[in-house]
Amino acid sequence: MNVSALTPSELKRRLRKTGIFLQTGSFTTYLKTSISCVVEGIGLLYADYPLVEQDGFADFHITLVRPRNLRRWFKPQALFLFDGNTIFKPLPLDQAFPMLEWGLNWCVSNHVNHCLVIHAAVVEKNGYAVIMPAPPGSGKSTLCAALINRGWRLLSDELALVRVGDGKLIPLPRPVSLKNESIEIIRHYEPKAIFSRKVADTIKGTVAHMKAPSDSLVRATEVVQVAWIIFPKYQAGAKACLEVLPQSRAFMRVADNSFNYSLLGLSGFKTMTNLIDASLCYDFKYSKLDDAIEMFGALKPKV
Amino acid sequence: MIQNYLILQALREPEALISLSLPDWDLLIRQARRANLLARICILLDERGLLERVPSKPRKHLKWSRVTSEKQIQAVHWEITQIRNALAKIGMPVILLKGAAYVMAKLPSAKGRLFSDIDIIVPKDSLNAVEAALMLHGWAATHHDAYDQRYYRTWMHELPPMQHIKRMTVIDVHHAILPETAALHPDSAKLLAAAQLLDGYDDLKVFAPIDMVLHSAVHLFYNDQLDQGLRDLVDIDSLLRHFNSLPAFWPSLAVRARELELSRPLFYALRYAVHFLKTPIPLDMIIAAQIGRPNSLTLMLIDQLFERALMPAHKSCSDWLTGAARQILYVRATWLRMPSLLLVRHLFHKAFISPKVE
Repeated sequence: MNVSALTPSELKRRLRKTGIFLQTGSFTTYLKTSISCVVEGIGLLYADYPLVEQDGFADFHITLVRPRNLRRWFKPQALFLFDGNTIFKPLPLDQAFPMLEWGLNWCVSNHVNHCLVIHAAVVEKNGYAVIMPAPPGSGKSTLCAALINRGWRLLSDELALVRVGDGKLIPLPRPVSLKNESIEIIRHYEPKAIFSRKVADTIKGTVAHMKAPSDSLVRATEVVQVAWIIFPKYQAGAKACLEVLPQSRAFMRVADNSFNYSLLGLSGFKTMTNLIDASLCYDFKYSKLDDAIEMFGALKPKV
Repeated sequence: MIQNYLILQALREPEALISLSLPDWDLLIRQARRANLLARICILLDERGLLERVPSKPRKHLKWSRVTSEKQIQAVHWEITQIRNALAKIGMPVILLKGAAYVMAKLPSAKGRLFSDIDIIVPKDSLNAVEAALMLHGWAATHHDAYDQRYYRTWMHELPPMQHIKRMTVIDVHHAILPETAALHPDSAKLLAAAQLLDGYDDLKVFAPIDMVLHSAVHLFYNDQLDQGLRDLVDIDSLLRHFNSLPAFWPSLAVRARELELSRPLFYALRYAVHFLKTPIPLDMIIAAQIGRPNSLTLMLIDQLFERALMPAHKSCSDWLTGAARQILYVRATWLRMPSLLLVRHLFHKAFISPKVE
C-alpha cells in the first residue's frame, strides 16, 4: 500500500497517532508528527512511496515536534528528534518539511556503513549511472532535476551509496532539493513537475522540493553499475564542456565529498579505487540545461 | 527489581536473540544504539556464529556499528602511538586507563567498544612535564574559563581535558582515580607501583587486573556522568569474566579493595553486575564484598537509583522516576567527590556564574 492510498485526513491521523512506516529506497523510516506542513509535504511528495507497517521494523525513528517552550506562542519552532534525541537545533516551524528532508539525509549519512556514502547526485540511463559529487552551489541538484525530467532515472540527488564489495550503486530516490533561482528554472523547464511549497529564509536560502519521478520509485530496488563521475559547475554564459579529470584528482575530490571514506578504512579505499577505475571522470561546466542534457545523452561508458 | 529489558537479555544471553521477532529487534537496536552497545552485541553474536541468522534488516545495523567500532579501535592504536611519541622524552612509561587499556592489553572488554577519549595516569609530580610535552605536540587545553581551570587543577584528579588541534582527539591526563577533595583516598602510588608493562612495549603500562576492576568500579559508581552507565557495567562484567581464570584473582580483589579504601564501589560493582548482567561471581567473593555494603535503608534507595540510571537513556527503559534518579545520582557523585561546603560553592558557581553553553 502506498501513501496515496490514504485520504489526507487518514494520513494526518496516522502521522499524529500511530506514526507511519515509510519505505524510501532500501530504508524504512518510522515517522510521527502532527506538524501540518510536514503532513502536507508527505502527502504531496511521498504519495507513491510504500507503507510497510507489516514488518514492525524501522531503520530510523523520527519525530517532528513543536518544542513546548514559550516561543510556541509567537515564533513557533519545529524540532527533529532521532529516536527521541535532539540532533539539530530547532528551526522555525515553517521549515519543518525541509528539516525532515535534511534529517533523513543525516540518518543515512551517519549510520550506513555497508556503502561508501558520497555527497552526490546519481542518475542512470541504459543501465549506466553518473555520479555528480559537488559542493553546495555548484548546480548539482538543478542539473539532476533537469536530467530526471528528460529520461534519466533518479537514484538520489544527495547521497550516492556505493556498495562495498561489488561497487554497485544503491538507489535512494527521494524528493530533489532545489534552492533559490533553481526552483523557477526547473518549474519552467518541466511545468508538470510537482513541487512542495517554497520555504524562504532557511540556512540554504529559499528551498523547495520536487517530487521524484514515479518510474524511479518503481525501480527503487534496482542497483546500477557506475560509468561516469562528473563534477558539474554552473557558470553563467559558459559553453557546455566536459574536461577529462585525472584519476588521482578525481579520487581525492570524491573522497572529500564522502561521509565515511575514512571510517570504512581499507574497504573504503578499495571501494573508492574500484569506483574510480570503473568510471570516466570529468569536470563539467555548463550554463544551459538543454546543452547539458545533450552532452549527457552522448556519454559513452568506458569499454 | 530490574525488569526484563531486551538490551539486558541480549547481553546476558545472546543465543536467545535468534528467536527475536522483528518488532523486538527494532526496539533492541534502539536501546543498544543509545547505550553505545550495538557493536558489542554484533560481536557477541558473531563469536557464537549466530550473526548470519539475525534477520537482514537488524543485522545491517549491527554491522554498521561494528564498522564504526573497528575504526575507533584502529584510531586508538594510532592515537597511542602519537601519545608515546609526545611523551618519549618524559622518561617514564605511560599508564593507560579504561578503554585504551582494554584495547592495548587485548582484553575482551575492548571488543565492539566505542570511545570518546583516551585516559592516562601519571605521577602527580610529572603532571607539568606531561602537560607541557603534550602541548608541544599539538594538544591544547579545552576549558579556558578561569573557574574551570581552578576546578580541575586544585580539586580534581585530572588536568582539564586536552584536545589535539588537528585530529580533534581528546586526552584526559589523570594523577589519581578520585578527586583530591573526595572522602576516599585510593593511594595512587600503590596503583602506579602495581601497574604492568604491556607485552611488547617498554613505555606503556596498564593497571594490574584487580586495580583495573577497582578503577572501573570507582569510575562508574563515583561518576557524575552516567550516560555510559550500562556500557561501563559491561566493561566490569567482561573484566570479571576474563580475570576469573587468574589464580587468586578473587581473594586478592577483596584485599586490595580494602587496602585502597574501595570496598564500597567494589560492592556496588559486583552487586549491579550480577543484577543486570548475571556475572558469575564466587560465593566467597560475594561474602567478602559485604564489608562494603551500606546500611539497608541506603542500599534500598541506591538500588532504586542505579536500577534506573544504569539503563540506556531511552524512553523504553525509563519510567517517571528515571530523570529524578539521574539528577540525584549527579548530586550524589559530586557530593562524594567534594566536601559539602565546596560542593555548595561549586554547584552555585555552575548554576549562576559559569557561562552557559548553548
